[in-house]
Amino acid sequence: MAGEETNSGGDHDHDHDHDHPPFLAHHFDTPEQQFDSGKLGIWLFLVTEILFFGGMFCAYAIFRMLRPEVFEGCSQFLNTKLGAINTGVLLFSSLTMAWAVRCSQTEEHKKLTGMLAATLSCAMIFLGVKAIEYSHKWHMGLLPAGLFSYDPNHPHHEGGPNYLLWICMPFILIAIGTILWLVISLIRGNKFHIACAKPLTVVALSFFAGVGLGTYLESGGSESHAVAGAHADGDHASGEHAGDDAHDHDGDHADHDHAHSSAAQLAMEDSGDLDVLEHLASDATNTGLKDDVAARVRQSEEASGSFAYNTSDDAANTINDVEREFLTPSRAGVFFSIYYCMTGVHAIHILAGIAVLVWLLIRSVRQDFNRQYFGPVDYVGLYWHLVDLIWIYLFPLLYLIR
Amino acid sequence: MSAGSIPSGAQIRDPGYPTHSENYLTNSKGIMSWIFTLDHKRIGVMYLIGVTCAFAFAGLLALAIRLHLLSPDGAMFKGENANNIYNQVFTLHGAVMVFLFIIPSIPAALGNFLVPVMLGAKDVAFPRLNLCSFYLWMIGAVFFLMALLGSQLDTGWTFYTPYSTTTDTSVIAATMGAFILGFSSIFTGLNFIVTINTMRPPGMTWFRMPLFLWATYATSIIQVLATPVLGITLLLLIAERTMHIGIFDPEYNGDPVTFQHFFWFYSHPAVYIMILPAFGVISDLISVHSHKRIFGYRFIAYSSIAIALLGFLVWGHHMFTAGMSSLTTIIFSALTFTVSVPSAIKVFNWLATMYKGSISLTTPMCYAISFIFLFTIGGLTGLHLGTLATDLHLHDTYFVVAHFHYVMVGGTLVAFIGGVFHWWPKMFGKMYSELFGRLSCLIVFLGFNLTFLPQFVLGSRGMPRRYATYDPEFQSLHVMSTYGALLLGVGLTVALFTLLYSLIWGKRAPANPWGGATLEWHCTSPPPFYNFERAPSVGDPYEFGNVEWDSEDERYVSTEPERKLVPDEQPSEVPAH
Repeated sequence: MAGEETNSGGDHDHDHDHDHPPFLAHHFDTPEQQFDSGKLGIWLFLVTEILFFGGMFCAYAIFRMLRPEVFEGCSQFLNTKLGAINTGVLLFSSLTMAWAVRCSQTEEHKKLTGMLAATLSCAMIFLGVKAIEYSHKWHMGLLPAGLFSYDPNHPHHEGGPNYLLWICMPFILIAIGTILWLVISLIRGNKFHIACAKPLTVVALSFFAGVGLGTYLESGGSESHAVAGAHADGDHASGEHAGDDAHDHDGDHADHDHAHSSAAQLAMEDSGDLDVLEHLASDATNTGLKDDVAARVRQSEEASGSFAYNTSDDAANTINDVEREFLTPSRAGVFFSIYYCMTGVHAIHILAGIAVLVWLLIRSVRQDFNRQYFGPVDYVGLYWHLVDLIWIYLFPLLYLIR
Repeated sequence: MSAGSIPSGAQIRDPGYPTHSENYLTNSKGIMSWIFTLDHKRIGVMYLIGVTCAFAFAGLLALAIRLHLLSPDGAMFKGENANNIYNQVFTLHGAVMVFLFIIPSIPAALGNFLVPVMLGAKDVAFPRLNLCSFYLWMIGAVFFLMALLGSQLDTGWTFYTPYSTTTDTSVIAATMGAFILGFSSIFTGLNFIVTINTMRPPGMTWFRMPLFLWATYATSIIQVLATPVLGITLLLLIAERTMHIGIFDPEYNGDPVTFQHFFWFYSHPAVYIMILPAFGVISDLISVHSHKRIFGYRFIAYSSIAIALLGFLVWGHHMFTAGMSSLTTIIFSALTFTVSVPSAIKVFNWLATMYKGSISLTTPMCYAISFIFLFTIGGLTGLHLGTLATDLHLHDTYFVVAHFHYVMVGGTLVAFIGGVFHWWPKMFGKMYSELFGRLSCLIVFLGFNLTFLPQFVLGSRGMPRRYATYDPEFQSLHVMSTYGALLLGVGLTVALFTLLYSLIWGKRAPANPWGGATLEWHCTSPPPFYNFERAPSVGDPYEFGNVEWDSEDERYVSTEPERKLVPDEQPSEVPAH
């Protein structure tokens, strides 16, 4: 009896509306209704996200269909190792995120904070690796069509701004900020601030772990792998790799030639099938096959070097005397445009994810979540899985198409 | 029917008037209580003010266009730059009307006010997101102003490449504005879908929802599914201008027709974002003012959804002459015709509702009837444009301009004004002058037809759209059109002043001035800030049998027949065992 009374007394303390727990917004009747609304809301939001990226996937499909050889050729400039490691990092972050949702449901507050911090650290590592990839390509002039300035004979531009430093700058500032926050809260002995600042410092420093990882893989990949992998960027690799530089250049050209000749070979091997296809294509209704044959003929002409003037009616090739080499701004440039748009918008989503995850982390330290109220963790989790999923599509579409 | 008097002995239910502290307009004071309000009704009112300002601005630009076209060489803008100024004026007219007025007009302004009240909920599902949508709308509007004050904009509201990537005008500011407005629209749509799905009180089943809610739901589906594609398209356009990514720009091997496909994949469904809520408003208006159950409730409800889904399949009909294969054009043309079926179902049902109804020719009903006239003309002329053979002739002529103004102005704007007149007593608790309301409707109807009927003739005779100058043979029709536009302007001004006048000198509005049966008429005028004290009992939204006219107090009341109650059996004092 007495226990009951104190309980109800406690309830009356914070609200006259004893049915309304503090986390329940005034316009909802029950926690279930609130959770269902949020869940439906986030799913709808994810639908809009998919359509948003859908536009870019569509652009990718159109341009790859129009110029498959450009996509295959340019894909060689992307470092598969870095892409793969980022895929692994993001998959792992999805695991920790799902685990975080579970922890919020079981009210394991410490573990929840840890899982959120792990997810955040993975996001930061992803961005660190991405920073290496981007700065490296910018340095070589592998840029969107309007800015494309790659020169196969001189892949390394002399001088130029230190892109990596510029990308890292905000993260350096953030890291310094969190460390300062940690130090100040340690001095003041504010427990809540310490509990927030500690994991966030780890998170901020993870970015540099990503940068280090990227640097290591980028230089390690030079012997065996793609063209782009061959360049150890002088800016971040400094002394250690200076010796490799000369060697790298040779490696580049070899790889280039290889890329070209392999395309030619492919065309040759197919020449047997070509006759059959031509026969089939003589049927007027078979327009798809006709295009295919035309493309193959063009491709083999190109490969054998006999190609001089473009006589096809492809609207994009109106300037006939342009050299047919895919490493031009209007060809490779478009590939890199799509590459930067897709990965860039994806990176923006990672940044947005980081922002909401930090908010969750602070709330988890405050122990806001319980078995009745874990909606925000769940919603952010769904968002994070989507961002992860989009990368799962981007990786093969951009990196693994040779 | 409601025309009768109250049966004797019947119980009357009327919520009365709100007290000062209950009224959502006055329950909290100060400008901050409006800026940070989470009340959907206040946000709706703020939207109403915002879209009205945008409409007035874009309407003045329209008048400038029409005045310029008074003479074949241009009457309004003079000097060397005249044609450029003309381009900028029609671009801003189109962009502001579409992005700042029509798209948010009914869904955001009326929808925000009505959706939770009609549904019987306390608020929308995400009140903060709702406020956020409003401020995104404001920010988008600021970007448009920046474009105006900067180097203007002369691409047309469609931002077609390659012109938009080469012109010197402020394309980036305007596209950024449209991008942000897109998010505002997405969030509003998302909010309504979730609200309608999860916030319905007990008894409010899907088929007890007023048709306005069905229309809003269909609109929201489009907003959520189509707008992100516009978002990414505009983002790519901005990237194209700043970095020349070569996706749309032919100079870098891009494909400008791809832009058109992307753009119309959004903007055709967007046409239905504009017209579907108008269908919802008209369904309610026709039924309430005919005092008769809506005819074919389920058909109207499903046809809204059908239009929303079919709307995604027809975008190619904007591009018949843009270089698609002949097979594609035939498919798009055929799909376009399918959209006319659900639209025709609606018109048929509205007419069938009015048939043998007891029609009150109030101001909202006058607007609703002119909507049916104008929308039917607009819809039928759409068939000429969906037909390949005629479209090749009519494409990019004044016929197109006249067609979509019949749908967007004659349809959406007229329904919007009708809706505002219908729910004005509910929103502000004031009755306006019926005389001036009806007068405004008459002037708007005449002015509108005088403006745009001649444009059908102009277009079919070959007058191309967007031209600043024209052959002298077209002058008489252009002059008619310009006078019509001025008359239309007068009509809209009369409507505006009728409403504003009522705010101060209007009679106090009863809870149910028209005899509606939907839930918003069950709360006071204006509603209390909490909408309903407890979840309301939900009946049929179009059952008018128990709504009676109370001639003493000039109001409609809902009545309950006298009931003989069986006297409670007194429980015995002593338990039976």
